[in-house]
Amino acid sequence: MTEKRTPNLLVEPNKFCPGCGHGIINRVLAEVLEESGLADYAVGSLAVGCSCLMMDTFGTDWVQAPHGRAAAVAVGLKRMRPDCCIFTYQGDGDSMAIGFSETLYAAIRNENITAILVNNGIFGMTGGQMAPTSLPGQRTTTSPKGRDAGTTGQPLNMVDQMKHLPIGYLARGSVASAKDINKLKKYIKAAIETQMNGGGYSMVEVLSFCPTNWKMSMEKSVAHVQNTVKNIFPVGEFVKNGERTDA
Amino acid sequence: MPRQLMKGNDALSEAAVRAGCRFFGGYPITPQSEIPEYLSWRMPEVGGTFIQAESELSGVNMVYGAAAAGFRAMTSSSGPGFSLLQEGISYIASAELPAVFIDVQRYGSGLGDIFQAQGDYWQATRGGGHGDYRMLVYAPASVQESVDLVSVAFDKADQYRNPTLILSDASIAQMMEPVTLPEMKEHDPNADWAVRGKHGKPFKRVTSTMYYIEDFDAYIKNKYDEMADAEQRWESIKVDDAELVLVAYGISSRICQEAVEIARSQGIRLGLLRPITLWPFPAKAFAEVNPDVKAYLSVELCALPKMVEDVRLASEMKAPVEIFLGGAHIPESSAIVERAVAILNAQR
Repeated sequence: MTEKRTPNLLVEPNKFCPGCGHGIINRVLAEVLEESGLADYAVGSLAVGCSCLMMDTFGTDWVQAPHGRAAAVAVGLKRMRPDCCIFTYQGDGDSMAIGFSETLYAAIRNENITAILVNNGIFGMTGGQMAPTSLPGQRTTTSPKGRDAGTTGQPLNMVDQMKHLPIGYLARGSVASAKDINKLKKYIKAAIETQMNGGGYSMVEVLSFCPTNWKMSMEKSVAHVQNTVKNIFPVGEFVKNGERTDA
Repeated sequence: MPRQLMKGNDALSEAAVRAGCRFFGGYPITPQSEIPEYLSWRMPEVGGTFIQAESELSGVNMVYGAAAAGFRAMTSSSGPGFSLLQEGISYIASAELPAVFIDVQRYGSGLGDIFQAQGDYWQATRGGGHGDYRMLVYAPASVQESVDLVSVAFDKADQYRNPTLILSDASIAQMMEPVTLPEMKEHDPNADWAVRGKHGKPFKRVTSTMYYIEDFDAYIKNKYDEMADAEQRWESIKVDDAELVLVAYGISSRICQEAVEIARSQGIRLGLLRPITLWPFPAKAFAEVNPDVKAYLSVELCALPKMVEDVRLASEMKAPVEIFLGGAHIPESSAIVERAVAILNAQR
């Protein structure tokens, strides 16, 4: 008989749609915080969108910021509580559209926080509108004929924006396979360690999926990340210990 | 403490530090920039944090984070920047966190200009941001009162777990006057609601309290009703026998005070009601006014009258309520006396 081992930080079943990647990322983050002995010292900052469903089910202290501003809230928390593990958890719309400035400036100042940016290429909770990370040709409720990069711009590659900055750690992972999930856990662990060692800003972008708004089965969603999304948003570690790795 | 000559913005900043404020995140804008300038060196001296944010939006949310962590935190801005703070203020009010805001008002809407004005009255007193909240709004009329009210603003923010606002203006912020500073006060950041990691206890969520509180409508109405009743502050000068009562706050109240002295020396019975809190507007002050008063005159430094609506409500229109607008220029006290005399003569 196998033993079911769920992290204690997951205090209730998650509230995400069936097939959503958030549940996996939540679990990975919970495992890292518990294994690092940081569950009691962690404070998360999130805003709105699907991420905010975590507040009831993920048992760390939380502050709910206005849309886009989670990084700024996290900065206020970390500067005053330097012993705490302060992390943001945001979707791509939240962190890269309305919150681009707050996200980037936390990195520019090399604030000693950890940012988890979940890239599923769409605004989930508001019903499937185009996000900064939506792919060219992607149909959304605000790009019904498919995203036209000629008028809306190319998808925003946040890792490219970040990797030239003097930050501590930068990686992009995915939840599209067991192997990827294991790697993601290493990335998140490295990011949290960077912060707790005073190594500066750390960010992990996570390629995830949204079967509901992508209008795909879960199987097709996973294949889409593996075969298409990863080509535009390559995974790997890009900055470690403050040094570019050019992965 | 010895008295010393200080600029309004500098004195207010030092008062915030002495009230136990240990976090400031903000963005430069005239005529309040001396506040971040002062705190940029003063905060580190006392072990606090100063951050020049990339925008007002970011600054107010840094304040949100620092306040959620239990520390006394504030930001300051002016006019256009105060507009940008509103989103964060609404969230902080909704999360029921204490924090102090400073709006050094400047003239005009949009970009406006940098000289003294009182045009942010509605944004300050009506909520400003979205939804159902108010802030206690303190209107200092001198550099000393700016100092004194900062301490009150932090204490009241804690008492009600609600943001509070000092509504100043370019004149008071930029003038130099002798002040006595208070003693240094320490603030305990470990309130039971403050987030600092759960340390074996149940986890805490700082978010809109409407998600937790049963019968939230009644709860929040009671909270603001209590503030509205208990926190009215004002100064009244010679109103018990006044034929005409001037109503003015901040810098315009200083001119009105002089107008009262000039008028009295000429045998004209002017009085002055000076709201110190603008929300709650001190309606109770009107009970002190001569029941035979012939008129009120709301003196405001803006192009479009605003406070006058509160004067009408508070006076219950028992006497006519007239308006004197300073607009872009600080009026002469003699002009206010002339206007008061004209109003009284018209009624004879």
